[in-house]
This record gives sequence, structure tokens and C-alpha cells, in this order.
Amino acid sequence: MIDLQGYGPRLLEGALVTVEVALLSLLLALILGLLTASAKLSRHWLFHRIATLYTTLIRGVPDLVLMMLLFFGGQIGVNMFTDWLYYQFDVDIFININEFIAGVVTIGFIFGAYMGETFRGAFLAVENGQIEAGRAYGMSSRLIFRRIQFPQMMRHALPGLGNNWMVLLKTTALVSVIGLSDMVRIAAEATKATHEPFLFMIPVAIIYLLIASVSEWIVARLQKHYNVGFGEADEWNN
Amino acid sequence: MEQLNAWFTELLADNSIFTADTLGYYLDGLGSTVRLVFLSLIIGLMLAVPLAIARGSRRKWIKWPIFLYTYVFRGTPLLIQLYLIYYGVVFIEGIQDTFLWAVLQDAFYPALIAFTLNTAAYTTEIFHGAIKATPRGEIEAARAYGMSRARMMRRIIMPSAFRRALPAYGNEVIFMLHASAIASVVTIMDLTGAARFVYARFYAPFDAFLFVAAIYLCLTFAILYLFRYLEKKLLAHLKPING
Repeated sequence: MIDLQGYGPRLLEGALVTVEVALLSLLLALILGLLTASAKLSRHWLFHRIATLYTTLIRGVPDLVLMMLLFFGGQIGVNMFTDWLYYQFDVDIFININEFIAGVVTIGFIFGAYMGETFRGAFLAVENGQIEAGRAYGMSSRLIFRRIQFPQMMRHALPGLGNNWMVLLKTTALVSVIGLSDMVRIAAEATKATHEPFLFMIPVAIIYLLIASVSEWIVARLQKHYNVGFGEADEWNN
Repeated sequence: MEQLNAWFTELLADNSIFTADTLGYYLDGLGSTVRLVFLSLIIGLMLAVPLAIARGSRRKWIKWPIFLYTYVFRGTPLLIQLYLIYYGVVFIEGIQDTFLWAVLQDAFYPALIAFTLNTAAYTTEIFHGAIKATPRGEIEAARAYGMSRARMMRRIIMPSAFRRALPAYGNEVIFMLHASAIASVVTIMDLTGAARFVYARFYAPFDAFLFVAAIYLCLTFAILYLFRYLEKKLLAHLKPING
């Protein structure tokens, strides 16, 4: 166990918080991304408009500003809503926007916009003939999505998703600014207490690089999984 | 002008947050943000061009250190790099006795160094990719004309690589603008810093942060349209004939 003047264990706890924030916001971003992509590809103009507005606005404003808006403003907004619920319907609930929720929701929302663009391009890259073939077999549109569109779309989407995930991972460092004790915040606190920035910041940087390397490996594995049948075909064609 | 002034005063009459005083903070913040982003982009660009050329070198002792630099700076959060430089400069042996100390004491310069090194790493990789994507035929043609390596770089490879890199570089500029928001963490009064100050003073998160978000949005669109214009001018030869 590396002690780091007693900050070692806390730094590891912080690393766990970083990973939790990153994975939860990834989940939210993937769901929002799929929704955005289907809204953008839908024929209904209203869905299209809303999705475009969402991706444009989110990608035009710094992540830190959005996070602060949600963290400092979110509680006021939620309180107004619960007050309204209380006076209108006599429903008494209390929702607390803490640093963790604000961080996950903001990062998820931001990367949902980026994921949406990635998914949209990937869905468009799936040949129409495939979907028509599915229809010819009498598949329902949900079955077509699950068995034909999604697996083939993932092949095109994975490189983009991998990139987005790397950027997302680094963005989690911002939650330290609104007060969540991730590893960056703990390292910053330790630095202020001991005046040894290199001792704490360099291990944190190495942990980030480690997580990035592990995810690169996972993305490569997934790539292999979703590329099944394509690699060999290309070789034969050449 | 007077009418405009009167209209503006009237508009601001019934609010207590956006007074001339507060707007002054935002204006100063806009100044610092633009200065920080512009300077780091310019210096980063000047560093990135030679680095990108050297990154494609065949010699391992040139190639690997540059790869390591871009790998580390692209693989870790900018916030970590900022903290390292902001808290770390004090520990450079004997720096407090030199003239540099007066400069580095201000948070602006450590932030500028961190941003510059960060954007230089990303830009190096962008240009490296663009240089690598040069069509083989162009290089062979240049060789057939008897061009030296330096001349080929200057006349054939770099001009077309710059053009190819333009869309990706535009993204990097926007990314840098957004990343600059973290300068407020190390006490710099940039746009975000001004918003945090206004929020803390009036406890009005929506006014403070939505206003600053709108400013960032305008800046982002300005950069977007600038690059779209440049692309239209410089990449005209790549457009489909009927497009």
C-alpha cells in the first residue's frame, strides 16, 4: 500500500468516486444519445427540432458552467417544483441535489449530445437493405432494432464512443470544483495541506492514464466482437 | 448612440443584478478569457507545427519523447495539469530569486503555460494526422521534381496538411474556449470567474450562469462561423462539383 503521507487510502477512495461518476454518467449519456439519435432521425419535425436545440446548446457552453448552473441553480429549481407540488397536490417530497447527482447529471447531459451525433452517423451507416431484409422476414420494428440495426450500428459507433468516453473520463475531474471528493479534489486538498503538488498530482495523473489504457483495451475487445464477419470479408475482397 | 444609451438604461432599470458594475465584471472576464485562449492557441500552434513534423520522424529518440508528451497531456485532465503547474512552479530550484518570479506569481501565467502545453499536445496530433494523410502521389511528384525534403515540406506537404487539419483544429479552438472555464478555479477572473463572483454576491445562480452561458454560446458560434468561412475559402477545391 502506498502511503503518500497518509493520503494514499483516501486517494484510492477518490479514484473509486471518479470511476463511479464516469460510469454512471456514461450510462446516462448512452441512453440520452440513443434517444437523441432516434429523435434526429425521426420524421416528426418537433422531435428533430428539440434534439437539434439540445445538441447545439449543450455543445456551445463550457461543461463547468453547465455544472455550476445545475449545482447552484438546480436546488432552487427543484425546491420551486416541490413547493408547487406541495401547494397544489399536498405531496410532500424533498429532493436533494448534491455534488454527486449534479456531476453525473451534467456530464451525462453533455455527453448525451456528443453520443447522439455518434449514434446518428452510425445508424445512417447501416445499409437500408438490411432493414428491408428484416422486414421481409416479418420482423417487428423492435426486433429489427435489436437484432439488425443495433449490432451493426455499434460497429460504426464504437470508435466514436471510445473517443467520447476518453473525453468524458477527463471531464469527471470537474466535479472536484463543485465539491465532490473525487481523486482530483483529494489531491488538491493534500497539496494545499502539505505543499507537495508533485507527490499527489502525478499519481492521480497516472491513475487517469491507467483507466484510459484499460478502457482502450476494452474498446478494442468490443471492436473485435462487433466486427465479427467483417475483418475476414475485407481480407478476401482485397 | 444617446438613444441606444437611454434604451439600455431603461432595460436595466428594474433589475438589481445586471448593473453597470456587474456588467463590468463580465466585460473584464471576457477580456481575460479571450486573452488566455488567444495567447495559448497562438503559442500552442507555434509549438505544434515543428513538433508535428518531428513526430513523424524515423528516428526513435525524436519520435518517442514527443509521443510521450502528447500521450500524457491528452490522457490526463487539464485540471490536473493546471494544478501541477500552478502549485508546482514554486518548487523550481531558485526561481524565487529570478525576474521570472514576479511574472509567475500571477495566476494568469501558470494557467497560460498549462493551456499552451495542453493545446500544443492536441494540435501536434491533429497536424501529425494531417501530414500522414498526404496522398503518396503528391510526395512522389515532388520527389520527381527533385525537391529537397525541406522544400517538399514547405511547398507540398504543409499547405495541404494545414487545409486538411482545419476542421479538426476548429474543434480544438472551441474545446480550448470551453476548457478555459477552469481558469476560474485558480483565482483568475475570467468569464466563469465573473459569473461565480456575481452568483456569490447576489445568490442568483440562474441570472449569473445563464448570462455567462449565453456569452460563451455567442463566442462558440463566432469561432464556428469563422472556421466555416475559412473552410469554404481554403477547401473550395475539395467540394463536390454540384454541391
